[in-house]
Order: sequence, then structure tokens, then C-alpha cells
Amino acid sequence: MTERTERKEHIFDKYLRQDKLPHIWCPGCGNGTVVNALLHAIDKTGLEQDKIVLVAGIGCSSRANGYMNFCGMHTNHGRALAYATGVKMHNPELKVIVLTGDGDCTSIGGNHFIHACRRNIDITTVVFNNANYGMTGGQYSPTTPVNARTKTSVYGNIEPNFDICSLAATSGATYVARSTIANATMMVSQFEKALNHRGFSVVEAICDCPTLFGRINKLGDAVAMLADKKTRFITAAQAKNMTPDELSGKIITGEFVNRTNLPEYTEQYDVLIKNAKEEE
Amino acid sequence: MEDRFAIMTGNEACVRGAVVAGMNFFAGYPITPATEIAEIASALLPKKDGKFMQMEDEIASIAAVIGASFAGAKAMTATSGPGISLMQENLGFAIIAEVPIVIVDVMRQGPCQGVATAPAQGDFMQTKWGTHGDHPVIALAPASVGEVYVETIRAFNLAEKYRTPVHILSDAMLAHMSERVRIPEAKEYEIVNRKTPTCAKNDYKPYQDDGTGVPPMAKFGDGYKWYVSGIIHDETGFPVTNEPEQIGLQIRRLLSKVENNRGDIEKYEEYRTEDAEILLSAVGMVSRSAKAAIDQARNEGIRVGLLRPITLWPFPERRLAELAGQVRTIVTCEMNEGQLFHMVRESAGGTNVRRVTQNNGKIISAQKILTTIRELQTND
Ligand SMILES: Cc1ncc(C[n+]2csc(CCOP(=O)(O)OP(=O)(O)O)c2C)c(N)n1
Ligand code: SF4
Repeated sequence: MTERTERKEHIFDKYLRQDKLPHIWCPGCGNGTVVNALLHAIDKTGLEQDKIVLVAGIGCSSRANGYMNFCGMHTNHGRALAYATGVKMHNPELKVIVLTGDGDCTSIGGNHFIHACRRNIDITTVVFNNANYGMTGGQYSPTTPVNARTKTSVYGNIEPNFDICSLAATSGATYVARSTIANATMMVSQFEKALNHRGFSVVEAICDCPTLFGRINKLGDAVAMLADKKTRFITAAQAKNMTPDELSGKIITGEFVNRTNLPEYTEQYDVLIKNAKEEE
Repeated sequence: MEDRFAIMTGNEACVRGAVVAGMNFFAGYPITPATEIAEIASALLPKKDGKFMQMEDEIASIAAVIGASFAGAKAMTATSGPGISLMQENLGFAIIAEVPIVIVDVMRQGPCQGVATAPAQGDFMQTKWGTHGDHPVIALAPASVGEVYVETIRAFNLAEKYRTPVHILSDAMLAHMSERVRIPEAKEYEIVNRKTPTCAKNDYKPYQDDGTGVPPMAKFGDGYKWYVSGIIHDETGFPVTNEPEQIGLQIRRLLSKVENNRGDIEKYEEYRTEDAEILLSAVGMVSRSAKAAIDQARNEGIRVGLLRPITLWPFPERRLAELAGQVRTIVTCEMNEGQLFHMVRESAGGTNVRRVTQNNGKIISAQKILTTIRELQTND
């Protein structure tokens, strides 16, 4: 009789709430790849599991923290960053991660987003950008490309879209990066850097909603969408030497901001406390 | 030891009471007539290792307060009319996630921007029904600066004890007027801290009834890895949208936290009710005019008394019903169109209920109430 070898503990055993699976996402949804990448990154950082708090808003993507075995809050649509700010402020030793969709983060939660960037509070924000509102059935979001079709832009979207990374950068975030689910290795390393960063970090994870955005725009199935992404993502370095025409339709990935010399908010507050106590 | 006194405004008393209760986090957004609460908190908290944050709006303010409470803070926010309206959605989260927080609503004349500097009582019903869905509510309505101080302490205690948001209803006049306040000694009040779990780390169910109706609350980072959804959840904190029985059960328990503990939560003041034939009911500042009117009426031989809910929600229904059996007429005195009137009428049985209302940014005068009392005496 051959003895069965013990299965090595996989990081999913540790970091996924097995009892909450299967998840609610459609087959082929990009959200799973982002979660996978995030868990690998968390594992690499060696951060203590008990000291991590995942705060999410509302949307398909915001369901992610329910499957992940950390402290978590599934809050209101667009508000995750404001909740997370309170958590981090009261206990700066916690590693606070916000999981949010493109609509959650840049539409209803847009104001919280730019202000969190501005404060440079040590929170890592993962934006699952699938270019539409998945949860409510596929309406256009602030990141839906012009001309794309959604349930509320059946004649083509006429609203110019946000570039989430530019928005984060100009608002003051000190680590800003973008990757796609077609290159999960890059995503893992960006998450890892973001988690190790002291300050407000944003990783825009370009993912797919094949069920809604894919179908209505005739982009094929999940595999076809992924293959298409592979042909379209380029690095920031490559983008530098390209003309606007060449850039059209491309997804520029990589790190856009990585500033380590700026004061972090909770550390600044500690200084404020010290000053307040010295003042009579 | 001699009593200690201090002169302060209602807004200052609110912050001082909160600090005594253990407040160590405040988030807010400036709005008249609540602004001084934020200003004073910003100055006081850092000296005591607490934290103050001016957020981008009131939506963020209450969210940050809730987040801080999850991390173990005793947290408060303060606002007025437009701001309290903005807070309603996240207030619902605090209720369903059972988070102890304190919300100060310094009422100003509404609707909309209304009159920023004028007192009003237009938020009674918003406090009760403002966030969608049925839910438990605790709202305390002090009538003097000294009472703001002690009721703010009580607000924190009730929030911690019942794991639920607690409102303090002040108004523009109470907020800005100065009064002499007797500072209670530490032995005069208790400080309640939320119950924390003692079970094994993996056995913790954050919404499981431990027999008291109020589950213990872990804080983020202390080793209990728990999750809560703002979706109706079961005792583990996870959504249960397809199970009507569970949904009903969870909502029942939420409501029962306040309903089953009315005796502990309710607080009211009675003034000259022993032999009253006419009963006034008034909340907050208006009760002071009501008392003056009562004294004058009694000089004229009219037997009038006052029931003043200090806990506006849950409303002291039972005591009101008892007094309704004793008196001929009940008159609510209020600075709105009759929000208290409707509540009182619901508990008054067959007793005649009238109202004296004034909705113009001025506190109702004793004279106005007295006029009504005299009319009732001759006509009823
Ligand atoms: C205040 C409020 N408005 C609207 C909704 C409905 N709603 C739920 S999720 C959602 C959009 C989600 O889109 P996104 O954030 O991009 O996440 P996705 O589902 O695509 O992952 C909307 C509009 C809500 N829950 N709350
Ligand atoms: S609707 Fe789209 S975003 Fe939502 S789970 Fe399905 S594929 Fe994913």
C-alpha cells in the first residue's frame, strides 16, 4: 500500500473562508483573479493575518472580503474608504485594505477617494475596474469607454471616462499602479509593493465582466476577453515612445507613482498629539 | 468635598460629557449650530490621546465614526439638519452592524437649509424613521446645559450597553447658551464599556444572542477574525437574503434590544403632575417655557402638570398612558407641526390631545402656552 503524502497547506486554506464558497460570481468573472493575486501578495508580505482589515463597499467586487479570512466590513455603496479611515485612525497598527469597484470608488465614492488620496493615510485601495456596474446588471460607470454599450448606454456611451490612476496621482496618493488580470504576476508584485508602502496606495486592477460588459459589446467569452487584454496591455515605459494613435485601445500598466518621502497621516497625527500635549 | 461648578455652553457641555464618558474619536463636518462641538473636540481630544478628524462631508463623518468603533473606539459625530439627512444611510449600517456610536443632532429650523441659527424640533421623526427600514432607536433630549453634560455620558453608556447608535437631540438655543453646570463627581455616574467575547477565537459569532439580546463585540485586531455585512445577516455576520425566517429573526432581535429594555433606557421628568387635570408634554428647551406656564396657571388655580420625555425614543408610552387616565386634556408643546402630538395621541387612549405648535425658529413662550391652558380651562 502506498502511503498518501500529506497535502501541503495552500495559502487558500489559510486565507479563504472555505465555508463561504462557492462564491456568487459568474463563471469567467475577473474578480477571482484579483483576489488570488491579493492573497499571494498578502502572503509574501508576511503581514499578520489578525492585523489585516478588509473594508468593502457594494458591488460584485465588494463581495470579495466575505470570502477572505480576515476581519472585514461590507459597508455601503461608495463609502468603504470613509469607514476604513476610521478603523485606521483608531488603530494605526492595523493593515487596512479597501476593496472597491470602479463605480463604488469613482462615482458614488469619488469624493471619499480623492480625499483619502489627499490625506495620504496608510490604506491600500484595490479598485476592481470592470468598466461597468456589475451588481446592478451592467450600466455605464465613470470608467466605461466612450462608445461602449451598457444597459444605460445602449446607443453608445457619450461620457468621457476617468483614468483612475491619474485621478489618484493628482489627488495625492503616494503609490499608484495599474495591472490587468491578463498579467497576474505584475498584479501580485504591485499589491505587494502597495501593502508595504507607508501612505495611501492605489492599485487599479483591470478585470472583466464577461456576463454583462462582454456580452453587450460582443467581446466574446471570458477567455476571448482575456486573450484580447493580453494583446492590449503595455508598460508605462513602452507607452512613453508611442504616438496617441498607437496608444489608442492600449492599457498602460505599471507603476505611476511611488513616493516614500511624504508624511503619512496617522504618523502626522501622532506628532499633532505630541504638540498638543506640550502646548498649555 | 464641595460641589464643582463651571459655566459653559450646551455644545461645550456635550464634548466635556463625551470625554468623561471615554470618547476617544470624533469625526465631523462643520455646520451651524453644531460646529463648536467639532472645534472643541479638535482641541481637547489630542491632549487625551484621542483623535479628531474633519472629514470631507457628513456621510464620511459617520462612516469614520463607525469604523473607529469597530476598532474599539468610543466615537461621536455631531451635526444639524442637512448633515443629519446625509448621515441616514450609514446610520442604517451602524444599526444593522450593531455598532456603538453617538450622534449629536443640534436641531435647526428646516426644511432644507432652513434657518441655520434658529432652534427647532423638526427632527423628532427623522430620528425615529429617517433611515429606511424598521430599526431600534434611542434618542435623548436634554433641556439644559447641565443635562446635555450628563445625558451625553448616558448616550455613550447606552450605545456601549446595547451595541446601537444613540442620538442626542439638542437645538440651536441649547447649543449656544451658557449656563452654570454642576460638574458631577466620578462616583455619581458609571462608565459602561461594551461586552467583549471570551470564547475561543474560532468560535466567535459576532451576532449570536448570548441570552441578553446583545452579543459581545470583538474589536478589529484582537484576534477574532469577524466580518459583517450591511445586508441582513445571520449570527455569523454573513448575508442571508434568501431565508425569510432568518431575516425576520434578526430584525426581531435588533428591535428587541431597545423594546425589552425600556425600563433601563426610558427616562422622563414629571413636574407638578400629582393632581393635574391638564397635562403638558414638551421636550428639550420648550419644556422650560411649559414649566413657567404651569407655575403661572397654578397661581390662577388651574391644575396643570408636565411630562417631559428625556428619552424621546423609546417614548415613555406607559407613563403617558397612565397620566392620560388621570387628566382631562393633554397638550403637546413643540416647535414643529405636531410630531410629538402624533406620538402622544397614540398612547393617550381616549383622552383629548391638543397641540401648541410654533414653527418659526423661536422658542415657544410661556405666555403662548398659558393662553392655551386658560382657553382649555374655560372651554373644555
Ligand atoms: C446608495 C446606493 N445606490 C445604488 C445602489 C445600487 N448598486 C449596488 S452595486 C452598484 C454598482 C456596482 O458597480 P461597481 O462598483 O463598479 O462594482 P461591480 O459590481 O462592477 O463589481 C449599484 C449602483 C446601492 N446599493 N446603494
Ligand atoms: S456580473 Fe460581471 S462583475 Fe458581476 S460577477 Fe458576473 S461577471 Fe463578475
